Amino acid sequence: MPSLPIHLRQLEAESIGILREVAAAFERPVMLYSIGKDSSAMLHLARKAFFPGRLPFPLLHVDTTWKFRDMITFRDRTARDLGLDLIVHVNQEGVRAGVDPFRSGSAVHTRVMKTEALKQALEQHRFDAAIGGARRDEERSRAKERVFSLRSASHGWEPRRQRPEPWRLFNTRLAPGESMRVFPLSNWTERDVWEYVRAEGIPVVPLYFAAERPVVERDGMLLVVDDDRFPLRPGEVPRMRRVRFRTLGCYPLTGAIESDATTLDAIVAEMRAATTSERQGRLIDADETASMERKKREGYF
Amino acid sequence: MTAADQDAPARGAIEAAGRGQLRFLTCGSVDDGKSTLIGRLLVDSRRVFDDQLAALERDSRRFGTTGEDVDYALLLDGLEAEREQGITIDVAWRFFATARRSFVVMDAPGHEQYTRNMATAASTAELAVLLVDARKGLLDQTRRHAAICALFRVRHVVLAVNKIDLAGFSQETFDAIVADFAAFVQPFGFASLTAVPVSARFGDNVVAASPRTPWYGGPALLDLLETIDVESDPAAAPFRLPVQWVARPNAEFRGFAGTVASGRVAVGDAVVVQPSGAGSTVARIVTADGDRDAAAAGDAVTLVLADERDVSRGDLLAAADAPAEVGDQIQAHLLWMGEQPLLPGRACLMRIGTRWVGATVSQIRHRIDVRTLAPLAARRLVLNEIAVCNLSVAAPIAFDSYAADRTTGAFVLVDRETNDTVAAGMIDFGLRRAANLRWERLAVDKAARARLKGQRPCVVWFTGLSGAGKSTIARLVEQRLHAEGLHTYMLDGDNVRHGLNRDLGFTDADRVENIRRVGEVAKLMVDAGLIVLCALISPFRAERQAVRELLGAGEFVEVFVDAPLDLCMARDPKGLYAKARAGRLTNFTGIDSPYERPDAPDLVLDTAAESAEALAEQVVARVRGG
Repeated sequence: MPSLPIHLRQLEAESIGILREVAAAFERPVMLYSIGKDSSAMLHLARKAFFPGRLPFPLLHVDTTWKFRDMITFRDRTARDLGLDLIVHVNQEGVRAGVDPFRSGSAVHTRVMKTEALKQALEQHRFDAAIGGARRDEERSRAKERVFSLRSASHGWEPRRQRPEPWRLFNTRLAPGESMRVFPLSNWTERDVWEYVRAEGIPVVPLYFAAERPVVERDGMLLVVDDDRFPLRPGEVPRMRRVRFRTLGCYPLTGAIESDATTLDAIVAEMRAATTSERQGRLIDADETASMERKKREGYF
Repeated sequence: MTAADQDAPARGAIEAAGRGQLRFLTCGSVDDGKSTLIGRLLVDSRRVFDDQLAALERDSRRFGTTGEDVDYALLLDGLEAEREQGITIDVAWRFFATARRSFVVMDAPGHEQYTRNMATAASTAELAVLLVDARKGLLDQTRRHAAICALFRVRHVVLAVNKIDLAGFSQETFDAIVADFAAFVQPFGFASLTAVPVSARFGDNVVAASPRTPWYGGPALLDLLETIDVESDPAAAPFRLPVQWVARPNAEFRGFAGTVASGRVAVGDAVVVQPSGAGSTVARIVTADGDRDAAAAGDAVTLVLADERDVSRGDLLAAADAPAEVGDQIQAHLLWMGEQPLLPGRACLMRIGTRWVGATVSQIRHRIDVRTLAPLAARRLVLNEIAVCNLSVAAPIAFDSYAADRTTGAFVLVDRETNDTVAAGMIDFGLRRAANLRWERLAVDKAARARLKGQRPCVVWFTGLSGAGKSTIARLVEQRLHAEGLHTYMLDGDNVRHGLNRDLGFTDADRVENIRRVGEVAKLMVDAGLIVLCALISPFRAERQAVRELLGAGEFVEVFVDAPLDLCMARDPKGLYAKARAGRLTNFTGIDSPYERPDAPDLVLDTAAESAEALAEQVVARVRGG
């Protein structure tokens, strides 16, 4: 018999059902792979869903060129070890325009290198369904997201056009040009993900574990100086501090937390006692209360 | 900050143990304090983080309705529109866990115009927390929510009598409301009904028993949610698995993946593939964690059968000794979710289990009063109304009654044009005629009749605005075909309204029925071997598509008689446009009733550019050429 706690077994079965539905209902699905813990869990669920077969869709990583080096190493090794069909997309226009999170600011960087880049990749490959690892517990406007979320031909999210999903009878039909965003982890919490990662022994990026890293404290956030592109302000000197990350993104926009958690057990224990949400470490949400909803209307995942 | 050195919070900190998830919905009137109650549960069970609380305190000052106090409702109202208007328009999913259980909270909006949202939450909930304001007692809305819960088979109800502080913590008030409610829901047959006096705003009896209600001996709300037993016996139901995905990774392996909807299945069990009826036994139950001996409701597995059987996505695997019913005529309760009213007779799509199939609501039997579940006479159904309907499905489906199985007895209807989900349906039973009425196969068939006439029967369907020239061109076409010795018949929109359709008017619903009948008659005539010319405005794509689907491939030729509206108005052969514009004729296509142009007609006739004779020749060529 499986050793998973019953609530994780229920979540796992629900996610597997959603992933199979995507593969069966769409012509060109793709799984968004962001290299973080949610993506790792989702990839693991997908491999289970289609066992003993291979994944019936490719993975897509939208690379902003500002990810932690450890993330890229982990991504490439995972793809190689598991024999995945991985597409890496960079918004070359953004690169040519010199968009970067320090000089352009987080809002412009996120819009050009993430939101625009994602739209480019989806259109270039004509994907009609994109599977993402977003969870309803992450943020308030996410709490009302559907599992199958309809996007217009211009990738916009219209709250009023979202379809009711009684009995998990998902309406997967699309008009020409429309596409679907699908969230198999909708009903998971951050803690569920960590407990599942631990129970299933799923590999995650080492940045989640505490280690001595060169840190600069800026605007109340602990930023890790991951490479020499980090422009230090006068007086800033990176100091080695014992930190880890609760969420991973572009390194200049992702705050670390001080922690001694070097094992999954320690992370889960820390999680259970946590008093702040994981999104606190993300600069892109801090702008204003409804920023996520606005970004989604513009086509953010 | 590290949290390792902090005291672990009392709740939410310990592994959610053996009970698994409880999915519950909360419903109540806007002012009953529902969001406040959930906010309170989340905060007091420590599922709200400091930064979220800080945001909440900021928002409370800006949008709050609780004066100086934190407005917990704002924690849940995620969409901008909701925060600004102070209402909850969509279902919000929230999660928390305690030492004993993990919870999925579906916070459903209370307004009547959001009944569909509440129904969505109810469809998968095991329990409902129904709020009433202690000062107001039962409202119409409370009754409606209880009735919807009963209809969607939420089996357990907790009545939270809120704002008990404002009722002076009065036992008499509480007892009276509970007695009132118990009497009202008695006929609904809930498996359990429990009542708790609470103050969501101040936390009385929410997570801990309140000293201010010493007369109340029961558990606090959270206690109750943690311990209530909602298990029906899933193993007792017969085995059902809708096939979601056929796994064929290599030539040796062929498995049928899906989630067990109900019952239990073990290796060696006899199963039947429905609707085909082919039988086999389960050879393997495959999962990524290794083969299993058995699987039960809720498990996502892959079954391998002992025999090679034709099984595809949409089929149902069922226990051979207790299979589902198979039929194409059903009676069901429908909750209408579409912005446009239901038009009986219009073809739409049904999703049941993993199957997509064409379906039509053939008749509204009666509407349901959502406060009492009493029947009401009805000819139409609009958003948020519930009715008992007959449905005709395009092909036989496997199903159970919703009372027996919440998965195989449920379906949604989807509009073919907009792809909107327009109805949630719960099957009552299959209609007998599905089993007893057989199509008589006649020895002389369509092909034989067509051979005798030396022609290929078909329907030529002329659609377009009034005055576009449909009848004129169709008459010319018929004359030419007749002269060539072909057997034809013309069904003219105006003419059929004198006989077959004399009972129909020009409302959208009647137009749909008009086309449906003409389509069926045309089909019989094609079966008789005739070339049928139909000239009708037929303004809606869905009905033209439905007629196309009645007929065989190549038997339906859609001819769009295209003329600009101003040209039709100038022609106005029957003087109808003049009447319509004068307001003496309503529901007139092009004036106050829509015309949906064909997306991909077989033929487009531009009557502004060419003569009727030339255009008729194009149609004749098409019919001759096949």
